Amino acid sequence: MAIGVPVALAAASEQLAWRDPVYIIAGFAGIIALGLVLVQPLLIGGYLPGLSAYRGRRAHHWIGGALVLAILIHVAGLWITSPPDMVDALTFSSPTPFSPFGVTAMWAIFIVALLALLRRRLGLRPRSWRIIHIPLAIVIVAGSVVHCLLIEGTMETISKAALSALVLAATVKVMIDLQVWRKRRTPRGESAAQQ
Amino acid sequence: MTMVALTRRNLLATGGSVLATGLLATGASGLLLPARASGLAPTESMSGGANNYRKGAAIVERIGKGGFWMSGTVRRAGDGAPLAGQRIQIWAHTVEGREHEPQSHGATLTDKDGKFRLEMPQIIPIFGQPHGHLAYDSGEFKTVFLRPVMRSAKETSLEAHFVLQPA
Repeated sequence: MAIGVPVALAAASEQLAWRDPVYIIAGFAGIIALGLVLVQPLLIGGYLPGLSAYRGRRAHHWIGGALVLAILIHVAGLWITSPPDMVDALTFSSPTPFSPFGVTAMWAIFIVALLALLRRRLGLRPRSWRIIHIPLAIVIVAGSVVHCLLIEGTMETISKAALSALVLAATVKVMIDLQVWRKRRTPRGESAAQQ
Repeated sequence: MTMVALTRRNLLATGGSVLATGLLATGASGLLLPARASGLAPTESMSGGANNYRKGAAIVERIGKGGFWMSGTVRRAGDGAPLAGQRIQIWAHTVEGREHEPQSHGATLTDKDGKFRLEMPQIIPIFGQPHGHLAYDSGEFKTVFLRPVMRSAKETSLEAHFVLQPA
């Protein structure tokens, strides 16, 4: 509902008539990415009914991978649409105020995904992982929300603001519920032996 | 409903103007002192202004089917005298084509008062901002690329002003 409505309203946008398929796909990859950013804290907080903590975490990993894919499609599609504008954005020299927020969030997502893949190999303990992941998660959420709110595009204003508010609310709630600022000896699902 | 729309737009406008003020302030600190001695300061190219530029767009009566007006002035740095017969190239992402496509480009000349006005298709948002591109690139004066942003995608006109300095 929270994700479907904004996507549907964007799909009804008159702006789409003046866009070619590559640009449309790039835009929707961005909207879906914001939807996935909403799903992530819900999964890790265990707020979605019918998912055990273990399954929620597994889904969190897969959705993280999907998020990387959505960002890659978003950036590649915009690159094809207008290479010089995308280069400006990626080099933090674009005239559009929202671009640096999106690019910063993108790098934060890539770093989290890469470290998540290498987590075992690097021997990252749960506590070290949280110290890395939580600040980056805040960067991802804040960057994505500001990026999307400042853009004038296909998204309908109210559904966009609502989705952004939900993303922020879910993130704040999961941080409070899991008391992420506390040092915990036994995080959910991890054995104490690993500490 | 309108409240939210306005808020978002204000946010966008505020963001833009903060950025512009920042740029002007930094530009001014470097330019104001020498410029004051000789009067009107030259316009600096805007960031991203040259994106999707195609050199040598033809002078046209109107770009495509029209419906949107791009206008502005061209003056000389220093004394601010209007510059007549200057060629201004204009392009944008419009309802009739993408920014880089040839049919989205055209040029016009300034009149005796240094004013120009060219009809073109309605500009629509691309890369998250409804904006146009203008270039002075004819050699006599230093090349300038502008990238003005519309306050709203619903507007049907846009202005940009050039103050040129000798090349």
